[in-house]
Amino acid sequence: MKAKTVDKIATGVFIGIAAFIVLLLASLLGYILVRGVSHISWQFLTSPPQTIREGGGIGPQLFNSVFLLVLTMIITIPIGIGAGIYMSEYAKPNKMTGFIRLVVEVLSSFPSIIVGLFGLLVFVNFFDFGFSLFSGALALTVFNLPLMVRITEQGLKGVPLSQKEASLALGISKWTTIRSVMLPVALPVILTGTILAAGRIFGEAAALMFTAGMSSPRLDFTNWNPLDAVSPLNPFRPAETLAVHIWKVNSEGIAPDTPEIAAGASAVLVILVLVFNLGARMLGRYVHRKFTATK
Amino acid sequence: MTANAIIDINDLNLYYGDFHALKNVSMDIPEKAITAFIGPSGCGKSTLLRTFNRMNDMIAGTRIDGTVAIAGTDIYSNEVDVETLRKRVGMVFQQPNPFPKSIYDNIAYGPRLHGVTDRRRLDEIVETSLRSAALWEEVKDHLKRSALSISGGQQQRLCIARALAVEPDILLMDEATSALDPISTLKIEELAQELKDRYTIVMVTHNMHQAARVSQQTVFFLNGEVVEYAETERLFSNPTDQRTEDYISGRFG
Repeated sequence: MKAKTVDKIATGVFIGIAAFIVLLLASLLGYILVRGVSHISWQFLTSPPQTIREGGGIGPQLFNSVFLLVLTMIITIPIGIGAGIYMSEYAKPNKMTGFIRLVVEVLSSFPSIIVGLFGLLVFVNFFDFGFSLFSGALALTVFNLPLMVRITEQGLKGVPLSQKEASLALGISKWTTIRSVMLPVALPVILTGTILAAGRIFGEAAALMFTAGMSSPRLDFTNWNPLDAVSPLNPFRPAETLAVHIWKVNSEGIAPDTPEIAAGASAVLVILVLVFNLGARMLGRYVHRKFTATK
Repeated sequence: MTANAIIDINDLNLYYGDFHALKNVSMDIPEKAITAFIGPSGCGKSTLLRTFNRMNDMIAGTRIDGTVAIAGTDIYSNEVDVETLRKRVGMVFQQPNPFPKSIYDNIAYGPRLHGVTDRRRLDEIVETSLRSAALWEEVKDHLKRSALSISGGQQQRLCIARALAVEPDILLMDEATSALDPISTLKIEELAQELKDRYTIVMVTHNMHQAARVSQQTVFFLNGEVVEYAETERLFSNPTDQRTEDYISGRFG
């Protein structure tokens, strides 16, 4: 066969594969959205769920998902970035750092149900945080931390050596160089990665069933004192997230409109993740422009 | 030639792991003049240059014995603060490496982090540094523009200005023109000529003609050793060592 023909066939095959993936994604998204969107309404998004009667909403679950995300990132970001900086800039390349890197890799591919059980044993029981947002956030940190470390490390490793040298040669200390030259250059990468990591939190269910719990106590959305038991901001209350709610409604829901609720909640979840990822890209690009002063 | 030496190197040996990169190097480098290091790739000229501001410290497994004294102080002794040293010994690299910031912020970066906060003082430093680097006239109307938007030659002069902004005594140029076109190269050479009245300049170059054009002293390196160190004119017109003659007449390297 002539090289040209081979080239044409190869191109055709790759286009076919790409089209197949796009089609798959589009039909999946389309199916979920078409089934669910019609059920989404303001009332659905804000009202609490019903166990037996029709017309339950997902208000508290939606809030829990977002709040848990914020809480997790508050724990994950400082530790992850700190560890990433250490791994990239301070750790000497030896067996120990190789081992740490391996542990980080393994940790990030842990089955989430195992992380959930670990959370149940350690955070919920041993430390006695109970089924709470805090336990859930810690369990999710176990997940996201490795990702965060790796993203930061890759971001910093991607900064050209010449930039680092330029700053050091001016008599600027290492830490100041990292802070004022390297982190800004690496920021778009770190930011995009962080938001993508955060996006996973929305979808996580298995690790949360045993840590954040599967119930949502009555919340008083007028009470914003984080120490109050009925306050939505209290991190030590049980909190069922959207993903866990979908699982629960599907497997043991007895309300007559269960399928609609599951479909609606799924659509909301998918839209949330989509918006989040698109936002991450836009923000990353914006920050990159801003920090590199390119117009 | 040693009357007003500012850098005094004595019996310097440098190893990268097992590799003996500099062998028994001793020399004095005079102040307020241009000294050029020439020699084939891997001869140790850049390595020696990078000992003057201790940039070799970044490379794991580097070992040094002997002394490098700048203005009488051994820069490898424990009392020496590397950051203070690097403020006094500026460096310009092979590839122009401006920060992805505005032209103004590139120059102001060093002074700012060394504690200059007064806006007017910073404006002043930016202007004098850019003037010293012969770049002011070209960029004065768009200081807020990205440093990456100007040409390679301008970027390199910006890097020189950035180094001058922290008020060094010595300026190290590590093949600073090898990535530039001939016209930009010429501009940098002219600039070096002007700067040598106020700064001590040590330049590494793989371009012998450049060394002949701009420097007062030339050092020829081979395999980590100093083969010959002489006044530039003498070294190029009448080399005493056969290897020097072979190199400058283009027989190797």
